[in-house]
Amino acid sequence: MSVIELNSLSSTPAVQLRKATAEPLWFRWLLTALALGFLTLFLLLPLVIVFGEAFAKGWGVYLAAITEPAAAHAIKLTLIAALIAVPCNVIFGLAASWAIAKFRFSGKQLLITLIDLPIAVSPVIAGLSFMLIFGARGWWGEWLNEHDLGVMFAVPGIVLVTIFITFPYVARELIPLMQEQGREQEEAALTLGASGWQTFWRVTLPSIKWALLYGIILCNARAMGEFGAVSVVSGKIREQTNTMPLHIEILYNEYQFAAAFAVSSLLALLALLTLLLKSTLEWRAAKDYAEAARLRQVE
Amino acid sequence: MGFFSKRKKSVLPGFGLSMGFTTFYLSLIVFIPLSALLLKSFELSLADFWQVVTTERAIASYRLTFGASLVAALVNLVFGLLVAWVLVRYSFPGKKIVDALVDLPFALPTAVAGIALTALYAPNGWIGQYFHALGIKVAYSAFGVTLALIFIGLPFVVRTVQPVLEDIDKELEEAAASLGANRLQTFCRVIFPALIPSLLTGFALAFARAIGEYGSVVFISGNMPFRTEITPLLIMSRLEQYDYAGAAALGTVMLLISFLLLLLINALQHWSNQRQGGAK
Repeated sequence: MSVIELNSLSSTPAVQLRKATAEPLWFRWLLTALALGFLTLFLLLPLVIVFGEAFAKGWGVYLAAITEPAAAHAIKLTLIAALIAVPCNVIFGLAASWAIAKFRFSGKQLLITLIDLPIAVSPVIAGLSFMLIFGARGWWGEWLNEHDLGVMFAVPGIVLVTIFITFPYVARELIPLMQEQGREQEEAALTLGASGWQTFWRVTLPSIKWALLYGIILCNARAMGEFGAVSVVSGKIREQTNTMPLHIEILYNEYQFAAAFAVSSLLALLALLTLLLKSTLEWRAAKDYAEAARLRQVE
Repeated sequence: MGFFSKRKKSVLPGFGLSMGFTTFYLSLIVFIPLSALLLKSFELSLADFWQVVTTERAIASYRLTFGASLVAALVNLVFGLLVAWVLVRYSFPGKKIVDALVDLPFALPTAVAGIALTALYAPNGWIGQYFHALGIKVAYSAFGVTLALIFIGLPFVVRTVQPVLEDIDKELEEAAASLGANRLQTFCRVIFPALIPSLLTGFALAFARAIGEYGSVVFISGNMPFRTEITPLLIMSRLEQYDYAGAAALGTVMLLISFLLLLLINALQHWSNQRQGGAK
């Protein structure tokens, strides 16, 4: 009796449908194992080895490597570059997304493509381009030299290429979101008598805050980690124009592996923190979105 | 009426200010530097330009750069689809962490990725030793370059396919099944066609990112001219010899290729959006 019941149960339409729209269990396990194996090999192991090698010679070596004057200076320079580059690109991102999302004009698609350009350009080419303007034999090189203004092989050059490399990150997060939101909210605020800036601060900014924050942390992670472009323009002078990634390269090439990985572990921590913040922001944004949808339904 | 519709277009303020600042900043940071690059390469005569960009060493570097980027993007195409599928359709413990970790190559500085991968795949490294025992050289070979490019391109296909896969209507699959299709047929005829635009977009993004990559490759490649020297590195060595025009010529070739790829990617994304919009 029970056998018959089981048989009839396993052939109900719902079960058949589930069978037809899902893979067999062994196949699911196989795919999951393959995917996780791939990710372990390419994501987890590189991360593990950074921390493994950093502490391979103990805490003493680790602490010495991240507190020695050259490392401390590299950390400071990296922070300075990011602290200038990120706000510049935030202002640009807000202006660009306002113009692109809230107004109609011809050539918009081309403008978006051009904003994306720095992502596709090789960092080495970015560095080279700035070199051709500010370098000793560049366009403005002679003038800069006469006035004793160092741009190449100095901090301003590092800041400039960092701005170039991280140029699109904030704009890219904001443009699609603001395009989707349209401009009814802003139009309503203006109709109710708010000024342009009031509308921006009180209506637009609150509705894009999570995407803006996400753009900022992404921009920051890239700014602090940039290597190729900075290595063209910095000259790699210790305690003067060395950023953290360049300091890592020098240590590595001097076979000071534990020290190189110790400084790397700081940047790896920054990357992990970035990922954590990103997930949190996505979660908050989804929550806000659901809340807004619920409110609309109540209305 | 005509007046009215015009007013409706420009009711929001700040177009002049935001557009003005956008074009000014874009010119200053992107256009002027890149046009300096183009102008510098025009200092060469056409014959010289051609000679610089077709030296044997340059051609060997293109072959490595484009070959390794292509293989890496293909690997990412296959495994990116697999990872996206598993993340969207299946559940397993720690899935959220795995999902977040997929973006690691975006967040981890390339120099850190470079030395980590080199340490893993060097002849005495954790993984490299097994290859070494088999007589296969991973680090300091084209194989190693490809591995680094797989790492940096990994998130692109996953992140372009994932949202499309989440949006696919389960009812379509149920309809296919009730019409007698088996699981493989449903995948090949219903799910896969819907994913093609996003797969191509992800592939092109991963490829474009890979051909410009420098930081992670310099450590693992060994940088031997003709054998493991990528084009960005060749530009770097031209620069170190103060051959600015030569470096700019090679840079111009790569810049044009990047720009063409970017146009292609935008067209693909446009197509992908239209397809998604049409399906709803």
